[in-house]
Amino acid sequence: MSVKIEIRQINKVFDKLEALKNISLEVNPGELFGFIGPDGAGKTTLFRLITSLLLPSSGSITVDDLDCSKDFKKVRDLTGYMPGRFSLYTDLTVEENINFYASIFKTSLKENYHLIKDIYEQIEPFRKRRAGDLSGGMKQKLALSCALIHKPKLLILDEPTTGVDAVSRKEFWELLKRMQKTGITILVSTPYMDEASLCDRVALMQKGELMAVDTPENIVKKYSGDLWQAKSNNMHCLVKDIDEIGDEIKLVFRFGETVHFTTFNTDKEAILKIVNEGLETKGHSGINISRVDPQIEDCFLALMEG
Amino acid sequence: MERNENIIVVKDLVKKFGSFVANDNLNFEVKKGEIFGFLGANGAGKTTAIKILSGLSKPTSGKAIVAGFDVSRQTDKVKKNIGYMSQRFSLYDDLTVKENFRFYGGIYHLSNKEIKEKTQLMLDKLGMTDYRDMLLKKIPLGWKQKLAFSVAGMHEPAVVFLDEPTGGVDPITRRQFWEMIYEKAEEGTTVFVTTHYMDEAEYCERVSIMAEGKIEALDTPAMLKEKYGVKTMDEVFVKIAR
Repeated sequence: MSVKIEIRQINKVFDKLEALKNISLEVNPGELFGFIGPDGAGKTTLFRLITSLLLPSSGSITVDDLDCSKDFKKVRDLTGYMPGRFSLYTDLTVEENINFYASIFKTSLKENYHLIKDIYEQIEPFRKRRAGDLSGGMKQKLALSCALIHKPKLLILDEPTTGVDAVSRKEFWELLKRMQKTGITILVSTPYMDEASLCDRVALMQKGELMAVDTPENIVKKYSGDLWQAKSNNMHCLVKDIDEIGDEIKLVFRFGETVHFTTFNTDKEAILKIVNEGLETKGHSGINISRVDPQIEDCFLALMEG
Repeated sequence: MERNENIIVVKDLVKKFGSFVANDNLNFEVKKGEIFGFLGANGAGKTTAIKILSGLSKPTSGKAIVAGFDVSRQTDKVKKNIGYMSQRFSLYDDLTVKENFRFYGGIYHLSNKEIKEKTQLMLDKLGMTDYRDMLLKKIPLGWKQKLAFSVAGMHEPAVVFLDEPTGGVDPITRRQFWEMIYEKAEEGTTVFVTTHYMDEAEYCERVSIMAEGKIEALDTPAMLKEKYGVKTMDEVFVKIAR
């Protein structure tokens, strides 16, 4: 029952703005596929093209063998879409919203209750409450219930975790993993780089372009150069001071409680010596430098800097 | 003013909505020039507390002093001495960059001369002088947030409240934004910031974590990690908020 998606040489231009530049990729049936990138990367535009809410300037997208532009009615029937902004009817109750979306797709809450039970149960006690009066978390669960009520084969979630706290984000991803087991293909976009590792494959996007498409493991494996982490008693000046040590030090970024930097010289002992001495000269103490495995955010930063 | 002077003092602060206790007896202080991370799960009561500290909502009981003024009785003075920005509300999309500066400068009673000088100074610093006449809606989010932060500090407030200022911002701009925060704090401005990025919690001098209306933890990131026996702030957060 899973569907595959083929995106071929998609361009989308708004006035003069190139929102998507020559995007090609395939999503396999039953895959949990992540589009990772900041605001302005083109994630929402791509989702609106797949859901047939926009037409491409050039290129084509198919869901199984259905063309998203020509066969849009059929594509919509098999797609569940949760936009980034809450788009349900705020003056209808929880129950009324669900019934409304079910009836649009010629089904009912009763008929497909089992599909959304896991999520809907959590908001059912509030079924008589207006959607506008729900908390952020509950709105999200209602929107997801509405997106799933017609048993879609493809689920598209646009930034479901933006503005959501770290704990609720983890719970949401656990929910997605459970949903994936039913065989549905899931596309999800997020600006949080750490969520990439929870997807089967990801596309790293920036300013309308794909920078990488691969499994999170492979993206991290392909990081070029040696990544290091450094700490000292003066974290404040550490980025600037490491950056100034020399040309062999690249990509110096604050990274949580440490500073990350990259080198391409294979002589690791020499690098350690240069950085240690460089920092001591600049008055740092408690210096601690070690090799570290890259994370998706390291890869993203490196790709951004070209 | 001394660095160890308290700019925010919260004592036994309670806020109820009907029978619901949104802020349950909060007690904490924030120092001049400190970068204070205000974390918590959605619905933990952070927004309620920020509204009280910025003079937009009155506590049910207890006391909060911001920049030397009582938030219950001296709301106008509190508002004059704070700056505020968030991801949702910052600048006006239909005004140009320059017009936004002018508008906010006017609200805070800066003279035309001051507004002109500060606009020039801030745009130079951001390297955005060429964009002064561009409508804000044409400007990418990361730049917008940097502009909004500059505007929030334009009237040299004692405290700037930043409510998820970096949500959705790219990783390079996010780091540049934190450089701006450091610089502002260095000048002596207190920065009170909320975020869902746990690496940013590490950038704060002290962090408080709220759960169900209460402050469950408050310390430096290093001490919190030690106390909970974990390696990252993300793990600390999960332990407290879940």
